[in-house]
Amino acid sequence: MINRLTQMFAHFILLLGVLLMVIPIWLAFTSSTHDNVTLITEGMQWYPGPLFIENYDEVLNEKGGFSEEITATGMLINSFIMGLGIATLKVIISMMAAYSLVYFRFRLATPIFWFIFITLLVPLEVRIFPSYKIVSDIGLTNSYTGLVLPLVASATAVFFFRQFYKSVPDELLESAKLDGANSWRFFIDFLVPLSKTMIAAMFIFMFVFGYSQYLWPLLMTTDEKYWTVVMGMKLIYVELYEGVSLPRVGQRFAYIILSIIPPVLIVVLLQRWFIKGLIQTEK
Amino acid sequence: MSFINLKNVVKVYPDGTQAIFNSSLSIEKGELVVFVGPSGCGKSTLLRMIAGLEDVTDGEIDLDGNRINEIDPSERDIAMVFQNYALYPHMSVYNNIAYGLRSRGIKKLEIEAQVTNVSELLQIGDLLSKKPGQLSGGQRQRVAMGRAIARDPKVFLFDEPLSNLDAKLRVQVRLEIKKLQRKMGTTSIFVTHDQTEAMTLGDRLVVMNKGVMEQVGTPMEIYYHPKTKFVAEFIGTPSMNFITGSIKDKTFKASSFAIPAKYEDKDDVILGVRPEDISITKATTGVKCKVELIEKLGSSTVIYCVDMKENQLCVSTQSRASVEVGDTIHISTNNKALHFFDRETSKALTK
Repeated sequence: MINRLTQMFAHFILLLGVLLMVIPIWLAFTSSTHDNVTLITEGMQWYPGPLFIENYDEVLNEKGGFSEEITATGMLINSFIMGLGIATLKVIISMMAAYSLVYFRFRLATPIFWFIFITLLVPLEVRIFPSYKIVSDIGLTNSYTGLVLPLVASATAVFFFRQFYKSVPDELLESAKLDGANSWRFFIDFLVPLSKTMIAAMFIFMFVFGYSQYLWPLLMTTDEKYWTVVMGMKLIYVELYEGVSLPRVGQRFAYIILSIIPPVLIVVLLQRWFIKGLIQTEK
Repeated sequence: MSFINLKNVVKVYPDGTQAIFNSSLSIEKGELVVFVGPSGCGKSTLLRMIAGLEDVTDGEIDLDGNRINEIDPSERDIAMVFQNYALYPHMSVYNNIAYGLRSRGIKKLEIEAQVTNVSELLQIGDLLSKKPGQLSGGQRQRVAMGRAIARDPKVFLFDEPLSNLDAKLRVQVRLEIKKLQRKMGTTSIFVTHDQTEAMTLGDRLVVMNKGVMEQVGTPMEIYYHPKTKFVAEFIGTPSMNFITGSIKDKTFKASSFAIPAKYEDKDDVILGVRPEDISITKATTGVKCKVELIEKLGSSTVIYCVDMKENQLCVSTQSRASVEVGDTIHISTNNKALHFFDRETSKALTK
């Protein structure tokens, strides 16, 4: 009986947590399907309204910005490319850096690692002007390369991969060596498949990190073609106050809902790997 | 010329500790040599040097007539079975076995044939699609063996491959390894700290202690003619009895007894007698002892006793001796089964 009670209590807490997470998203979604008059007079709506297709269609396809060159679809694609580029390159570079730090026992490996680690204390925002100067000097402003490249070095990921590689037993390397694997093959045939779950986790983190960048794309892009979703958020916000007509609250909610889709997609897709890795006892 | 030659091999680690002292050894083709010794004696280090996983500080290692000191482990054509098997956790059993073949650029069909071959030999055919995580200890051991065999290397190295198995399985696998090695005729080196394993498996044993090869020889040579006190003590259970004394006028004198010994006069001498070479006499002529502890093993009985001068002695008898703790017994030994060692150098005395 007591067991049942504690179980119910635990579920109650969990449910509370779930609601806390889900309600704002639900509200944003339902509100995004109503017309602006209802939203302004009656506040946010709990139930879906009739304007789902109209509102979303408007947000996705309306040209925005000063010179009206970009739509929300375009911004979504830009953000997706940025997030994907940053996450992919970050994972690849960190894995290779960690591999060289752990397996090639050169003299300065530890100091170099700590030097890399120190860069955690210097996030992009701190070095934003020098970074901007460099990127603009080599002519990478208004390009995907410019958006992605300055953000691909990651001390955090190097750290995680390093710790993981250190936990891989030495015998595995030795056995692979005797089986005729060189350093490259050991990396591709052993470390990469073994760190699958790690890669998935890092990829998710890094994607969200890249996707939610605001300041860097804001500085980098003067051409509207390269605007990202997070920047667009601000545009819609401004419009809310400066627009001559009725503030477009419904469309704004629709935009927010749309902006969450890419990260959610990535998480859902990689989660399968994640769980697969957790179930298999890889020993 | 022998198949494997170690010439004055020395290993010093970067921190200055010396793991192997000037060791030389020749291993013939097809031979199974066992490195045996207590933990930390350098036996694994020596094996890893042959495999190429450790650098050779000084000296030379030859394989099949070529110096291999500088050759990369992947190029040496040596297979090794590790203590924890080091199976590749993310690959199926099939791929575990096939990996070494693949990285040598062998054709797919040949690999398939070879893996099937090996899996039949080791009876792991129905495990091929499983991952190492799903296997039991014994099965993993087989897969590790299979991986080594599949490549048909010049040399097999075994680094304590049985120590993670339970006692019964260990005996079974030991026999299988021996049979397999006979069948394939591949030169093998087996490292173990277990002297039973060493005695039963090896064509020849190398007994090691603190980085030094104490004695090299067939199991029987080592058992019956140990060259040092360490070898005498390490090989054989229960361990050999040691009694200090001195030799004078062809007689060894200990505190409680005297025995004929055809050696030069010497002051500090240790007498070694194996427990099974001591027998209980019915007469009262032998050394008088008091029984302290009895271990009945079924096939034999081990009696621990002390003589009148507090020398500890261990007697192993085949007969079902009706001896009780606290009894007084008389023991004697066959004079041919005595071993004498110099107390200072621990070396066996020569006539």
